[in-house]
Amino acid sequence: MSVVAGVIVPGIPHPLLCPDANEGWGRLRDGFAEARRIIRESGAERLLIYSTMWPSVIGHQIQAHPQPEWVHVDELFHDLGSIPYSFRIDAEFGERFCDCARSRGLQARTVAYHGFPIDTGSVVALKLLNPDNELAASIVSSNVYADRAETVVLGKAAREAIDADGVKTAIVVVMTLSNRLFTEFIEPGEDRIHSAKDEEWNAKLLEFLAAGRLEDVAQLSRTIQNQIRVRKVVNFKPMWWMSAVMGQHNRYDGSVLAYAPLFGTGGAVVALMPASTNRGDREFDEDDVEHFRGDRSVLADTAASGDAAPVSATPPAPSAPHVDGAPINTAAAPKPVGAYPHARREGDLLFLSGVGPRQPGTNAIPGGPIRDEHGHPLDYDAAAQTEAVIENIRVILEAAGSSLDDVIDVTAFLIDMDRDFAEYNAVYAKHFTKIGATRTTLAIRALPTPIAVEFKVIARAPAS
Amino acid sequence: MAGSIVAGVLAPHPPHLVYAENPPQNEPRAECGWEPLRWGYERLRRDLESIDYDAIIVLSPHWQTYVGHHFLGVPHFKSLSVDPVFPNLFRFHYELDVDVELARAIAAEGRERGLVTKMMENPDFRVDYGTIVSCHLTRPEWDKPIVAISSCRSAAYYSVDVMAEQARALADATKAAIAASGKRVVLLASNSLSHRHFTTEADVPEDMSREHIMHHGQYLWDMRAIDLLRRGKTQQFIDEMPEFTEQAISETDAGALSWMLHALDMPSYAAELYAYGTVIGTGNAVMGWFPGGAQ
Repeated sequence: MSVVAGVIVPGIPHPLLCPDANEGWGRLRDGFAEARRIIRESGAERLLIYSTMWPSVIGHQIQAHPQPEWVHVDELFHDLGSIPYSFRIDAEFGERFCDCARSRGLQARTVAYHGFPIDTGSVVALKLLNPDNELAASIVSSNVYADRAETVVLGKAAREAIDADGVKTAIVVVMTLSNRLFTEFIEPGEDRIHSAKDEEWNAKLLEFLAAGRLEDVAQLSRTIQNQIRVRKVVNFKPMWWMSAVMGQHNRYDGSVLAYAPLFGTGGAVVALMPASTNRGDREFDEDDVEHFRGDRSVLADTAASGDAAPVSATPPAPSAPHVDGAPINTAAAPKPVGAYPHARREGDLLFLSGVGPRQPGTNAIPGGPIRDEHGHPLDYDAAAQTEAVIENIRVILEAAGSSLDDVIDVTAFLIDMDRDFAEYNAVYAKHFTKIGATRTTLAIRALPTPIAVEFKVIARAPAS
Repeated sequence: MAGSIVAGVLAPHPPHLVYAENPPQNEPRAECGWEPLRWGYERLRRDLESIDYDAIIVLSPHWQTYVGHHFLGVPHFKSLSVDPVFPNLFRFHYELDVDVELARAIAAEGRERGLVTKMMENPDFRVDYGTIVSCHLTRPEWDKPIVAISSCRSAAYYSVDVMAEQARALADATKAAIAASGKRVVLLASNSLSHRHFTTEADVPEDMSREHIMHHGQYLWDMRAIDLLRRGKTQQFIDEMPEFTEQAISETDAGALSWMLHALDMPSYAAELYAYGTVIGTGNAVMGWFPGGAQ
């Protein structure tokens, strides 16, 4: 299991800069200390921070400077003092996370510039959770325009990147609950939650989180936005992201380590530890999404407006297979997991992208996935997966006007040669002995989805 | 002799313009780009050359304070500004002087009018990039002290109408402080008009084949705003601003333009339009008002 803990912390700087000025700010400071202890005991080697106080516009930004240093001053609470920092960033992970995000259709980039302004929330979190830089850290921004689908995909990209290196990671979300600040300066002793309504909603959220109901809170995000958030951005997103990266369910041991007003907002330190017990049914009322295909176009006349035009939520329709260079896609095959077509014709040849066993529409994997959502290995049927791969290839070739009989060359990828070669080889022989395609079989470390078998195929194109 | 406002400028702050201009202080280098807007700033600078002034007062949307208006209160700043959204374009080494005396006077006048104001006196503070870009494009010599005012995001808590009322009070405070100072001052409203960005960026950011308004509706709103201001229908523009701000997702929600137009006493004379252009989908106009007469 690579995600070993999750914590929610506030980013307003009072617990860092003046914890003794208010009893509640001091409690939050103690909550940070307890969260730090929990993270240490979880065995985490890395912190991954999603900060609602780091807004981005051009997609998603991921910090990748190995050792950013600065003297930070908050733009609002500058009178509380300066915060010198020097952090240890896992730049390699940042690059991988960025690649995973891009492969899922997101705009993303790393930032590795001296003097890049790390946001107050991330600075507070790292200073209090990781003061000695014992753990490497990564920080990702919160895009102001992103809504649920984009945020969920960003969370899944983060999980994919974590699973790829297997480094035990604690997830940190920087946010307040209710976020209405006072609009006048107050004395520290006057701090309180801004309204009774905010207080009641904060209590509801903490009750859910204490019960480990992360996915339920995520599903409440739109309501939370309407009830207790000042609308600076399109939606309340951090719980969507946290749930997507930790696992979209309610199987967590939750504990509220501290809760107190922070200049009118609701500041809470919460820990969520993966647990095996079931806290309730998954009550998804919205689609689960793996790949971001752009915002839905609700403005018909923007379809051709270029760079920022909303992109259709459906994959492109199959194009004429006889046109040189034209992408070939079919709804009868599983959706690609990146920005590539199912196939493409060049001259007399058809080149197919890597094809796995996932089923179109459901993404179910015949023979079962190789691991569960926590990364635990599962038993699977390599023969069933190979059959499904060949069927998907047949469907794509037929959509291109070709057939399985036209296959010239196959490159097969197995994640476990020792375990799976015999079963794969038998199924392959059943379909390909008469065809006589050349073949290469490779053992590789991982595939993008939890599958064991993938083929890459070159075939004859139909006559023009 | 009483001080006065000698010019007001709608001075948008896309870092792209500094990037394309390649001043020595900026690390990234461009081939070209956004020339119509940069030429507009050139014409503005030419007109300002004929005016004698002592200081620049700028209100920037990128110094966001949710508790009142804040004012730079340290006489001199020298540091590196890296744009948090476009760090690939703007890593600018700045050095500037602040007219702290005038800033204190405006803050005090604001408090007398019921506003929450605060001086920012932490020397480690990093000046926001909106302030830097608008000031640099208006006066690249950096030889005039500035007064930098934060944007109180009251529109986020209440409404654009409340923001407009606060902007009016801040404008009155600004005028009173300037009059008492005896100084001649240029005001900068550092904001774009329509403000919906693209969420992607071309591989070559200055690739002008990719630049256009994000949406035609934004363009129509921008043209309406510019038309009203060019005809001296400033009060009508202010009256329509809540709808403009909402419909065009305009950066006027920062209060900078409302503040400046109120401080200019709601001009009935025509604004000078120096340029209009889009930057990563947003609509930007460089415009000038000259209370002493056309330049």
